[in-house]
Amino acid sequence: MGIVSPGFQGRPRTQEPALPPGQYLTEDFPVLSAGPTPRVSLDTWEFVISAENGSEHRWSWQELMALPQETPMVDIHCVTRWSKLGTNWQGVSLDTLLADVDTGAHFALAHSYGGYTTNLPLDDLRGGQAWVVHTFDGAPLPAEHGGPARLLVPHLYFWKSAKWVRGLRLKTMDEPGFWETAGYHDYGDPWREQRYQGD
Amino acid sequence: MTEMSYLDGNMLDGPMRELFTVDLSSAMGRCENCGTTGSMASLHVYSHAPGLVARCPSCEEVMVRLVRGPDRAWLDMRGTTYLQVPMPMEQTFPGPL
Repeated sequence: MGIVSPGFQGRPRTQEPALPPGQYLTEDFPVLSAGPTPRVSLDTWEFVISAENGSEHRWSWQELMALPQETPMVDIHCVTRWSKLGTNWQGVSLDTLLADVDTGAHFALAHSYGGYTTNLPLDDLRGGQAWVVHTFDGAPLPAEHGGPARLLVPHLYFWKSAKWVRGLRLKTMDEPGFWETAGYHDYGDPWREQRYQGD
Repeated sequence: MTEMSYLDGNMLDGPMRELFTVDLSSAMGRCENCGTTGSMASLHVYSHAPGLVARCPSCEEVMVRLVRGPDRAWLDMRGTTYLQVPMPMEQTFPGPL
């Protein structure tokens, strides 16, 4: 039996993009929701970071828009097994929002209009890894995808990217959120396939 | 814009029968949040999600969450104060001796 060689032309063997284990590629943008879609007016919208010492940092919509804007292009991976590559967003880095927050906390509980929560290590919200985004593909983020604004933490399963985000509570102790208290993994790294507790 | 749709609580019956023998759709439940008591079949069930989320039709608070992993399931009913389940009539209770 002969040896099959990929040849010397350097042509890639496959055009398939690398996906985390157990994921399939979709060109759609599926809408997942655990409840009714909140309709939040931009006049009353606010984003609040509450530190563990009780101090609060608060931004109105106009104040959020006045902050430096970034345009991350990222791959997103849903725990229900779809992945979507090269998605285009615009928003404000959590590095910017956390810059003036005096905290020794190691954890954050993101909370949303409508009552959703999800927990993350604070380090995963820093270092250019997370944003509050308000624009998708050049248009205002539709409500069914989390508009006016959602969290975007693309290196973790997408349930961590809380829709309709309203704020972060910084905590010294980890406090599991909505899906994390119902069997889903506390951290949710798609590359380690951390779907359920104990994975 | 299309509102995210939900199903009625009858759809919980199949998944719940994986865990219990009770026919949930014939049971009544009390919402821990607002106190409304009604048929579990009347709950609003959001199924386009990582798990099933059943909400009270009056206040929309979560009454039941059911997550099905490949080899495990998690059931959270902290939003349900109680279930009232129809039972077959007990045999005549013996009178005092």
